[in-house]
Amino acid sequence: MESIGVLMICPMNSYLEQELDKRFKLFRYWNIPQTQQFLKENSNSIRAVVGNSMAGADAQLIESLPKLEIVSSFSVGLDKIDLNKCKEKGIRVTNTPDVLTEDVADLAIGLMLAVLRRLCECDRYVRKGLWKTGDFKLTTKFTGKSVGIIGLGRIGTAIAKRAEAFDCPISYYSRSEKADTNYKYYPSVIDLASNCQILVVACSLTPETRHIINREVIDALGPKGVLINIGRGPHVDEAELVSALVEGRLGGAGLDVFENEPEAPEELFGLDNVVLLPHVGSGTIETRTAMADLVLGNLEAHFLNKPLLTPVV
Amino acid sequence: MAQIHTNQTLSVNLPEVLVLGPPSIFRIYEKHLSQKFMLLKPWESPIPLEEFLSIHAQNTTAVLTSSVVAYLSSALRLLPSVRLVVTSSVGLDHIDLKECRRRGISVAYAPSVFSADVANLAVGLWVDVLRKISAANCFLKTGLWPVKGDYPLATKLGGKRVGIIGLGRIGREVAKRLEAFGSKISYQSREKKPSVSYPFYTDVCELASNSDVLIICCALNDQTYHLINREVLQALGRQGVIINAARGAIIDEKALVQFLQEGKIAGAGLDVFEHEPNVPEELLELDNVVFSPHSAVFTEESCKDLYDLVVGNLKAFFSNKPLLSPVQFDDFMR
Repeated sequence: MESIGVLMICPMNSYLEQELDKRFKLFRYWNIPQTQQFLKENSNSIRAVVGNSMAGADAQLIESLPKLEIVSSFSVGLDKIDLNKCKEKGIRVTNTPDVLTEDVADLAIGLMLAVLRRLCECDRYVRKGLWKTGDFKLTTKFTGKSVGIIGLGRIGTAIAKRAEAFDCPISYYSRSEKADTNYKYYPSVIDLASNCQILVVACSLTPETRHIINREVIDALGPKGVLINIGRGPHVDEAELVSALVEGRLGGAGLDVFENEPEAPEELFGLDNVVLLPHVGSGTIETRTAMADLVLGNLEAHFLNKPLLTPVV
Repeated sequence: MAQIHTNQTLSVNLPEVLVLGPPSIFRIYEKHLSQKFMLLKPWESPIPLEEFLSIHAQNTTAVLTSSVVAYLSSALRLLPSVRLVVTSSVGLDHIDLKECRRRGISVAYAPSVFSADVANLAVGLWVDVLRKISAANCFLKTGLWPVKGDYPLATKLGGKRVGIIGLGRIGREVAKRLEAFGSKISYQSREKKPSVSYPFYTDVCELASNSDVLIICCALNDQTYHLINREVLQALGRQGVIINAARGAIIDEKALVQFLQEGKIAGAGLDVFEHEPNVPEELLELDNVVFSPHSAVFTEESCKDLYDLVVGNLKAFFSNKPLLSPVQFDDFMR
């Protein structure tokens, strides 16, 4: 398979990169100074694209790769791939579900605890020697707070299971009510936000869910409410969120994703009720290795005419 | 003629309580407490404590104390009439229980008010240390993400072997949460718990050799002082992490500092220290340590619950009713 051209869109994992280099003819898109020229010269040999949550395969790229057969994403989210275009052209698409579910759910709970119990601020307080001047202020108990989950898929369900263990009542919003769960269902995001104290975004990003967290929802969540986003930056109207937090109209936020990564709103940097993480939801050694193995496994399966491991299209 | 209710008049009828510390609930509830009890507050007096007690507290029957009153035993020796000590803590290491029993002094504490909050903090520190939440938040807020690129990878929580030291109320709450994260749980305790199916170890070292993470949930007493020593840390190993939201003195702090500095264990989440509020300076340079200023119980909700319990115990005492949360001496004095 060493002659099969694979285009890797951006740096994402050195183990994955090394293995792709070993097994295929790897092109590193981010190292190419003149991409138009490159694509003209090499498009006939590129049969696979490997992307991630930052960049995948949009219509333009797909059109410029006439021999493209498969897009294998180093992510579970598919928002950076033009799925319709892929379907149209018979291009296969794979992602990395399941292997990262636990890590993302763990981080969601970590963010809830970090925001409510001010873990990061407490750490700073001690490091700056402020404990010698007095105790830290009272924080907020997590147990007993109602947790509202947007999207009760794999990740949403895993978050619910963990929050339940802390004795938090669970409610959710989903496109349709799930038959096999005892959690309370709300038919709209506003209803959910009005009836919970911690709202978590755990659905996929589609044109329908863009800015699902808007001014109205933020107002419904209110000055004692906390927003946790482990989905995608564009799920949230970031400008509205920033002004709500700065003005105290929202009680707090834990965010792992932003509209324009790696940029994050500087106005939030000084707020002690806001925890900001640099998109580390699946960022553990174990999980990234498992994700890489899925990408490699899917590519090999495709080029050996075997069934794909985790196909989406 | 209308009766004029002055504070003075009201105070005369209120039962007297000597306050030592003062306990943290004072921050919010001092006024509420002084409406229900005549509070003796030695720190407001210019005279030394001993003198204050000799003059003002000879007839005082009830003492309200926090857990950071190390001089409690010597104070009690100067109080001939004390029949009740109410501590605003679950920890009892600051109270000479033997002496209280001998003198017929009842002790009331706060056994379960904080259990959820302490468990939540211990678990929060565990997630923070392994997933580097505080460190990554700091990285982002100091503007490094666009400059340095992706944050280094952290460690997965799921499937890790967690050893819980002490499976009392707090230990069991921790275990319940960890099960939801997919942890493999074992424990060490004075005795095996018959209703619990987790693997049991009598020896902390053996528990440590079979764990990726140790979470300390036991009380501080003579048997547990420096329970986590060099041997245990060595057994825990280079990939091991230790979480302590119990009492600082359960860990040999000098040994812990050395092991962390030399990379002989992978990290620590610490809410308590041997000499609070002082924290070993050497640890401040390490980003695999997460600090917390003994704040495991300090939430608004627990503070309110604690206030209600303290008042409930004092009221019960003064009306000759059974205490709400008395210490059963036999449970603590083996």
